[in-house]
Amino acid sequence: MIQSLAVEREKLKQRLLQLGSEVENNLIKAEKALINFDPKLAAEIVSADVGIDDLEISVEEKCMQIFARHQPVAGDLRFVVTVLKINNDLERIGDLAAKIADRILLLARKEYVPFSSQQTAQFPEQFRQMFAESIKMVKMSLDSFVDMDADLAYKVRLWDDQVDEAKKAIRVQIEAIIQSDSSQQQYLGMLLSVSRSLERIADHATHIAEDVIYMLQGLIVRHVTEGRGRMGG
Amino acid sequence: MTAQATPIMQITDAIVEVKDLHLYYGDSEALRGITMSIPRKKVTALIGPSGCGKSTFIRCFNRMNDLIESIRISGEITIDDQDIYDNSVDVIELRRRVGMVFQKWNPFPKSIYENVIYGLRIAGVRDKNLLDETVEKSLKRAALWDEMKDRLHESAMGMSGGQMQRLCIARAIAVSPEIILMDEPCSALDPRSTSRIEELIRELQGDYTIIIVTHNMQQAARVSDFTAYFYIGELVEFGLTKRVFTSPVRKETEDYITGRFG
Repeated sequence: MIQSLAVEREKLKQRLLQLGSEVENNLIKAEKALINFDPKLAAEIVSADVGIDDLEISVEEKCMQIFARHQPVAGDLRFVVTVLKINNDLERIGDLAAKIADRILLLARKEYVPFSSQQTAQFPEQFRQMFAESIKMVKMSLDSFVDMDADLAYKVRLWDDQVDEAKKAIRVQIEAIIQSDSSQQQYLGMLLSVSRSLERIADHATHIAEDVIYMLQGLIVRHVTEGRGRMGG
Repeated sequence: MTAQATPIMQITDAIVEVKDLHLYYGDSEALRGITMSIPRKKVTALIGPSGCGKSTFIRCFNRMNDLIESIRISGEITIDDQDIYDNSVDVIELRRRVGMVFQKWNPFPKSIYENVIYGLRIAGVRDKNLLDETVEKSLKRAALWDEMKDRLHESAMGMSGGQMQRLCIARAIAVSPEIILMDEPCSALDPRSTSRIEELIRELQGDYTIIIVTHNMQQAARVSDFTAYFYIGELVEFGLTKRVFTSPVRKETEDYITGRFG
């Protein structure tokens, strides 16, 4: 019984990490697909999301089985609850990557020529930054889970502000371009939507980090600033 | 980080105060300086591996340990500020105030009716109406009335194990105790009878202070408001059950309740 719970925990962890790595892959592809305006790669992302959804369900089922068979308490309980929550966040991140891919496909169907090739405006540099930071946050949050590293989890929360700043900067820039050249409206609208998706991806990564903090310290730090939390339960 | 819980919680409305309680069986020290408060009209579960002293500990509350000659006790236990080891204490009266239910039900080979009012009979109560009322009230409280109201004068020995255990609880309740001690009351019962006793414990909470010793972690988590973890005669952790079972402060507690040890 005791050993088998440890074995089940390890299996559950591996399955969650598999989900994490597929979500990360899709995010990296989404960046490439956007920057290179590559509908073929975007289609790959959308089809890979089906596998991500299946994995999410299998992680959830595994959690349910552990609850039913082992009635975990204390650290074991916090672990399984945390996996369940991270699972949700990862699936949402996967959906957002697919949503970015969808935007690219939508524009491709309209035979849209991206503005970067028209040289009328610069591709906002903050996008690269936003992608890099969001992907890094997802990776760091999962690392904090694997390495049981609360300090790293606290760092993820700090990054979130930078992503928010980048999103604001992008919006200001895009709005300025739309005012000077309304023909770009559709493409720029898509970019705005992508920046919102990236911001939400960063939010989900922050949730994952907060759940890791709860798992490790029993502290609920959501809705609380300055790294202070309250005891759960 | 804030709000870090302490291993031993302070209780504001306590009925029992235990101060530096030591208990020796001959040369062996079974309780090694326990200091804790028992919250009034709540359920407190005592958990810990066999031999950790939890049964010995609750037997101090009604002085059951007095019956064992080799025992020495030091320290203090007060119930509502009365030192229960003071020479002036009437032990019979103490045991009326502090009832007990054991692991193996122990009804007397008498009728169900006589079992319930046994305590009142000893106290010399003869008023038939009062006895009848007490039987009905106690059996209702123990969730036995509907099943037993037509069998009151049959022998208690014909009841099922779960029913007998509820009868023992009715018998304990009949003398209006303030505290009910339960020493593994469900360990010999099947799951259905166990859940009936657990429901009963939840219902009695609020009217009585209940202290329950259990080896079943999930039972402690289900029925109690507070949990105390004992290990080799020491109180390791004491706090709200909902906290102890989600975020124990001490690693020893975590290892025990997650089954990694003990």
